[in-house]
Amino acid sequence: MARTKLDMISKEEEDMTAAYAAAGGNSEVLHNHEMSSLVVSGNKVLSANGTEGIVLEKKETEHGVDIKMTIKKGYKIPLPVHLCFGLIPKDGIQEIQMDFVAEEDSEVELIAHCTFPNAVKVIHKMDAKMVIGKNASVKYTETHFHGPHGGIQVLPKAYVKIEEGGNYSTNFSLISGRVGFLEFDYSVDAGKDSICEMVTKVYGKADDKIRILEKIALNGENARSVIKSRLAITDDAVSEFRGITEGHAAMARGHVDCMEVIQGNAKAEAVPIVRVDHPLAKVTHEAAIGCVDKKEVETLMARGLDEDDAIDIIVKGMLA
Amino acid sequence: MSYILTLKNLELCRDGKKILRGVNLEIGNQEIHSIIGANGAGKSTLAYTLMGLQGYEKKGGSIIFDGENIAELSITERARKGITLAWQEPARFEGLKVRDYLAIGARGNGGITEEELKDALCKVDLNPEKYLDREVGEALSGGERKRIELASIITMKPRLAILDEPDSGIDVVSLKEIVSLIRALKENGSSVLVITHREEIAAASDKASLMCEGSILRSGDPMEISEFFKSRCIPCDNRVYPLKEN
Ligand SMILES: Nc1ncnc2c1ncn2[C@@H]1O[C@H](COP(=O)(O)OP(=O)(O)OP(=O)(O)O)[C@@H](O)[C@H]1O
Ligand SMILES: [Mg+2]
Repeated sequence: MARTKLDMISKEEEDMTAAYAAAGGNSEVLHNHEMSSLVVSGNKVLSANGTEGIVLEKKETEHGVDIKMTIKKGYKIPLPVHLCFGLIPKDGIQEIQMDFVAEEDSEVELIAHCTFPNAVKVIHKMDAKMVIGKNASVKYTETHFHGPHGGIQVLPKAYVKIEEGGNYSTNFSLISGRVGFLEFDYSVDAGKDSICEMVTKVYGKADDKIRILEKIALNGENARSVIKSRLAITDDAVSEFRGITEGHAAMARGHVDCMEVIQGNAKAEAVPIVRVDHPLAKVTHEAAIGCVDKKEVETLMARGLDEDDAIDIIVKGMLA
Repeated sequence: MSYILTLKNLELCRDGKKILRGVNLEIGNQEIHSIIGANGAGKSTLAYTLMGLQGYEKKGGSIIFDGENIAELSITERARKGITLAWQEPARFEGLKVRDYLAIGARGNGGITEEELKDALCKVDLNPEKYLDREVGEALSGGERKRIELASIITMKPRLAILDEPDSGIDVVSLKEIVSLIRALKENGSSVLVITHREEIAAASDKASLMCEGSILRSGDPMEISEFFKSRCIPCDNRVYPLKEN
């Protein structure tokens, strides 16, 4: 009995490792003990490896896992921390609660892969609360791989507080496979002298639905931020982008930049919102929705590519 | 002398306005042929029409490339026959690496080696170490993007390269590199149709043609054509034949 369970887990681990690799992850890092890593399949923690300076607590819940991760004060973690979340079966629900703290003067890079290779009816919810302590620096990259069916709802939600001098940069990308339904909702409070960079890149196809809501409040003096969104949608996909930046303090600087490429019957809406209530703050925005640039397409065609290949290269470049 | 390109009475309209008014032109194999002429004469329009860009479908006449009328072919089909174009103002490609951009043109020749990539950048006087992994996007200056576009033509090894003002946006010091690059294209087997406002480039050509008001006024020895242009056409009074004829 116990033996069967072990076999099942190792089979699941194997499947997750394969899915992780399919999502672009390097599976070797998950077994490298010099690197911190965490692998969660459904509501099971398949492996967890913390290294010096990182406190990692995890609790399996009915539909997922509660995670508490702390980067201890002053620790600069030399190698990236690898996280892998996924669900192998074609249906199910996964809820991740993440409580993350980077203490004062710490530094870490988190690389997360979220993989749902067989999803037909899957819900993946992520609820994160992140605190970037004084002068701490956190880089967070999240790459998704969803498989070809599109029956997935992805609901990442995060609240991020950046304290004085903190630096937070995040890069979310969902380019391979179908999107399904994505509702991305990030909100950031940025303190004095902090820096926040938020990048989202999504490629929607068939009847995918994409909703992106990003909000940064520049509350502290000299806080700086960029919201950059690159969306490509084709077929009957629909996208809605809201990028809000608020300048509440002297010398706060923010920029919202959304560029979308649409093809087929796809429909896109982009609304950059800038609010400023301090006379010395400045927030700018640009948003462009259009088809692929004609000159770029014709240049590649003049090098011998046919039109579809040319468009594909241009869109992938934009999302790279 | 066999011609790689022969234009017969080529006509083109844009938004109801006739821009090319019967262009006749012959370009020999491995010939460097420059087209000079005043702003608005129709030089870029001629380049786009030869490449078959959207909106530049010819209205009359023929484009004979290597013995075949290609006037009805798509851009891709023309490119696969060996015709390519470098724009007066090159496109930006966000996210596309220089190395990947340069490799695109070489697909038709069965790919490209690292050495050939580096060599193409050296030919346009860019340090491969510095540029191969950069993006052909916003972060490059106009002159850098022009050089990279020329490098992408080198890697393609076309039979006919149409270069629209390869010298514009290039600093004066580097002008002689552009000249040697055009010569290198020729030595590698290409014919080059180069549109230019620079005498140095015209002087390096085998032949030149003067374009005026949508047709070729005169073709011949580059120095002679250049002199004729300077003495008869400047300032351009926008008449088909220069007035200063005595
Ligand atoms: N869509 C259009 N509709 C009407 N006229 C046009 C259109 N596009 C170009 N033209 C006109 O065609 C003429 C030729 O333009 P073209 O760009 O070919 O000139 P050019 O010789 O390349 O000039 P330059 O030396 O400035 O590059 C110009 O008078 C221009 O105004
Ligand atoms: Mg021109």
